[in-house]
Amino acid sequence: MTTAAPPRSERLLRTSSSDGPVGPDLATHLSLHGPLAVPTRDDREWSHAVWSELAASGLTGRGGGGFPAAGKWDAVTRSGRRPLVVVNAMEGEPASAKDRALLTWSPHLVLDGAEVAAAVAGAKEIVVCVADDRDPSAGAVERAVLERAARPGGCPVSVVRPPARYVTGEESALVAWLDHRDARPALRVDKSVPLRLGRRPVLVHNAETLAQVALVVRHGAAWFRSIGTSDAPGSTLVTVSGAVARPGVLEVELGTPVDQLVARVEPTGPIAGLLVGGYGGAWLAPAHVGTPYAAGPLAAVGATLGVGVVVVVPTTSCGIAETARITRYMAGESAGQCGPCVFGLPAIAEDLEQLAGGRADAGVLARIERRCATVDGRGACRHPDGVVRMVRSAMAVFGDDARRHAAGHPCSGHDVATLFAFPVNRPAPGGGS
Amino acid sequence: MSRATPVRIRLRVDPVACEAFGYCAEILPERVALDEWGYPVIDGAPVPEALVELATRAAAECPRRALLLERVSAA
Repeated sequence: MTTAAPPRSERLLRTSSSDGPVGPDLATHLSLHGPLAVPTRDDREWSHAVWSELAASGLTGRGGGGFPAAGKWDAVTRSGRRPLVVVNAMEGEPASAKDRALLTWSPHLVLDGAEVAAAVAGAKEIVVCVADDRDPSAGAVERAVLERAARPGGCPVSVVRPPARYVTGEESALVAWLDHRDARPALRVDKSVPLRLGRRPVLVHNAETLAQVALVVRHGAAWFRSIGTSDAPGSTLVTVSGAVARPGVLEVELGTPVDQLVARVEPTGPIAGLLVGGYGGAWLAPAHVGTPYAAGPLAAVGATLGVGVVVVVPTTSCGIAETARITRYMAGESAGQCGPCVFGLPAIAEDLEQLAGGRADAGVLARIERRCATVDGRGACRHPDGVVRMVRSAMAVFGDDARRHAAGHPCSGHDVATLFAFPVNRPAPGGGS
Repeated sequence: MSRATPVRIRLRVDPVACEAFGYCAEILPERVALDEWGYPVIDGAPVPEALVELATRAAAECPRRALLLERVSAA
């Protein structure tokens, strides 16, 4: 995905007509979004008011977990020590470009949100994590950080460059990397217990979540909730790609029917299925494209908001072949720690590749389901679970096609060029298991 | 640990630590199955009292200390 043109967005990605190939500078940013006063010393009254407003807004995390943002602040603040605020802009999902777009076109909004989170949580340090293959967006946020450093009293911000791998953005893997260990997820029995770096609790937020925080603080919870639905208030960024005339990052009201969202990017032909949420998301059947784009309605059809990704796959492509490619890529992105992920994902990828090519034995469909059931829920992180969900949804959405493939009759689309991006898999940190 | 209120435990695998030695499935086949790659599959149900001693042994014998005994909190 490229961010050559300013994305279409009302709230999060405002740009002025004078902006060239970069986003607004600090002065322009403040004129576009309005001023923001963040206390430079602990101010309990202000912190409480901001926390209450955030809780009332109903803002949920935009990095895939979807937990209430205010709940994270609560857990970190209660721990009593000064936390570290981490801006997670790793965006390891190949089909996502929203965090890149934010850092490029609206870095000050993300940094505003990080400063607010730091002030509320009592943090004195902010770290922005941008993958080491994302020089343009890292450069944009570094320029913004320098600009802000000239103001008196701001919270110190550093930009760091963890290795670009799918799993590095998982928050416990990110914290491990910041702690000079391999960037691999930790087994967390209770996710409400904050992550720690040494003895400091760590507050990790996705870049978009913090940009949303910066808007809630300025305009209030009622404004935030004035669009979207009562269960899923506000707007969100979605990266739409695939067989569409105008791929890119859109801002949509939560609850917008998925087909309306897709219509905005102009599909180029009849749709076979939509991959929603990301490579660890789920396929949505054409019969379900009217589903409101929000966590609850998507869950009802087996899908998820994930990291805000929709990939449009037309009837000229083969959903089975695309699913096989995605699974092979995701197998290569395992952190290499947990047996069911290390061995299970390549085994499922192999099954799917044989199925896609019409070379599989008669037991392949049952074997895929059995292996999915075996792998599901047995990793330290949710990486294998996401792949399993995506594969199972493919077997449902492309079920008729799968049965024809299994009978040795692959469709004509199985060797059509892929619509998905597959960066080269880098070796897992620590050499794998 | 009083006899009047026995502590209920359940098993959990630390999938990061586990290296598929499989001792757990040998010692406690009643509760531990192995998947096709040799990694243990365990449900989260409380271990019946009659098997607690074996479960404790299975955890102690794991070369990677990857089989965890967890107390089940009273509902």
